[in-house]
Amino acid sequence: MAILVNSETRIVVQGITGRQGSFHTKSMLQYGSKIVAGVTPGKGGQSVEGVPVYDTVREAMREHPEINASMIMVPAPYAPDAVYEAIDAGVGLIVVITEHIPVHDSMRFIRYARLNGVKIIGPNCPGVITPGECKLGIMPGHIFSRGSVGIVSRSGTLTYEIAHSITKAGLGQSTAIGIGGDPITGMSFIDVLEMFRKDGQTRAVVLIGEIGGDMEERAASYIKETSYEKPVVAYIAGRTAPPGKRMGHAGAIISMGAGDAESKMKALTSAGAHVARTPAETTELLRKLL
Amino acid sequence: MKLHEYESRELFTAYGIPVPRYGLARSGEEALKIAREIGGRVVVKAQVLVAGRGKAGGIKFAHTPEEAAEIASKMIGTAIKGEKVESVLISEYQEVEGELYLSVIIDRSRGMPLVIASPEGGVEIEELARTSPEKLIQLHVDPLIGLRPHHLRNIQNFMGLDEKYSKQLPQVLTSLYKLFVENDCELAEINPLAITSGGLVAIDAKILVDDNSLFRHSQFRRSEVGESFEVEARRMGFSYVELDGDIGIIGNGAGLTMATMDVVKEMGGRPANFLDIGGGASEEIVEKAASLLLRHPRVKVLFVNVLGGITRCDEVAKGLVSAVKAHGAGKKVVVRMMGTREEEGKKILRESGLYPYDSMEEAAQMAAQLVQG
Repeated sequence: MAILVNSETRIVVQGITGRQGSFHTKSMLQYGSKIVAGVTPGKGGQSVEGVPVYDTVREAMREHPEINASMIMVPAPYAPDAVYEAIDAGVGLIVVITEHIPVHDSMRFIRYARLNGVKIIGPNCPGVITPGECKLGIMPGHIFSRGSVGIVSRSGTLTYEIAHSITKAGLGQSTAIGIGGDPITGMSFIDVLEMFRKDGQTRAVVLIGEIGGDMEERAASYIKETSYEKPVVAYIAGRTAPPGKRMGHAGAIISMGAGDAESKMKALTSAGAHVARTPAETTELLRKLL
Repeated sequence: MKLHEYESRELFTAYGIPVPRYGLARSGEEALKIAREIGGRVVVKAQVLVAGRGKAGGIKFAHTPEEAAEIASKMIGTAIKGEKVESVLISEYQEVEGELYLSVIIDRSRGMPLVIASPEGGVEIEELARTSPEKLIQLHVDPLIGLRPHHLRNIQNFMGLDEKYSKQLPQVLTSLYKLFVENDCELAEINPLAITSGGLVAIDAKILVDDNSLFRHSQFRRSEVGESFEVEARRMGFSYVELDGDIGIIGNGAGLTMATMDVVKEMGGRPANFLDIGGGASEEIVEKAASLLLRHPRVKVLFVNVLGGITRCDEVAKGLVSAVKAHGAGKKVVVRMMGTREEEGKKILRESGLYPYDSMEEAAQMAAQLVQG
């Protein structure tokens, strides 16, 4: 069953003619994802890897009404407009890969999406993958395998690290989602935990958090309050990060005495989640639980 | 990015928020001239970005222009909490009847701007929020709708000021919110907003501008000065944070790099830094990053942890090998690589006498052991 994306997902790639856009279009097609259209203003009529390019999302939707997801690979100054365009054209799921989008912009388009009932993954994220069915993102597809573990993460490469070890352990993933490393993201841990709760294929959830903000603490309260039925294994990056310093991700900063790793680990432990001290331990804990 | 106080004052002035009369001085002579123009008592304030400059001697009062000049020339060129004072702000001294707090921040949890106000300004707001939360009012603002009259009325009522000042408060808040949005602020804080005989005046401010927005705010862009590794690394385009250990850390991706630091610590080692080369790094980028850390005086062991996706392990290996050839004398290098072109990368490493690991935990353990000698 999995969540968010599956073999029915039909994708439009916004920014398809760019270097990154065409590279990842190729990689997604190779994985078996169904990309039916691309959009780059002014490049309508061209094609990239056999995918027709349109000037606007509206035109792409008119020719391919089956489109139900967009991946945005547009540079930061233009990415917000690409998101608004996709929302206004009626796309229901938008993955914003773009990094370095000003937070005031993402605050507004995330709010606009919510009011329109549109799901946003990102910004500054690797995307979402349901192994064997659909890769809507930039992650290396081969390290994932079909299975029963749902992954939700604020990180990219750290997700690959843990996903790879889950694959090697023979457990595999139902769906893996990188919600993004920015301070404000379209989807939160709670949104994804709620989806995994209802998903029959998912038997356990791995939550990969990091310093900054209180999304992990809120996830912990949610796990406690809902008496979450599925085991949750968590790993939090940044235990050695000094306060007040931004650790690569715009959202990874311990500020005003809040957002440090210990408080997140404590909250998750007391909510009944299993907290790993190293990435490898995440898989060991899963193996015991499943 | 944190703005200097004089930049904040310029912004306030542009948005119609009253500030004391002031001028920026880069020397004692300039300070004298400005203090004379202002007349009477002035405050000399070091323009540094470190927190707590007041307690560190960065804020001083002067009764005469001559005294201001003397304080200024002593202050300029010294360091406050490690930051060199390049200029001082000469500000009119204000008799204050009361101090208020006013700010707009981005509330990450709700994904919305949050207006915070308190009739008890001049103190640390985090402290006030902990000890007396009832003395604060916090109102969320929908970013698509903006600040509305009901926000202003609620804050006016909560603050309970004399009519004379109460009328001015909505103007100040409206201006502050506009400034916050138009300048892509993460925080726009007036603390204290002083009650003076002439009305409300913003005595001190803290403004943080979103680094990601600088492409549309060229006025705030500044070249980083100094020769520290942190500055050098950022100039090269890396995410870099200096730590106090002896194991240099290079990773690709912020989460993985942080996890690498943590695992090193877990295995008994001490990370010297955080250096994220980002996604899809080329041979040249890896060489630059590795050379930088190999030249770092405190780094005894360099630990490179790369997970190939869009980053190719062979490119990483090539870059690393050239860096080690040029700068690796006396330093030990531990590499863990996995993913795209892993075998090619490992082959390159082995041929140059570097032994790659498959697991980051094992590699981290080795790095920690090597430091011991």
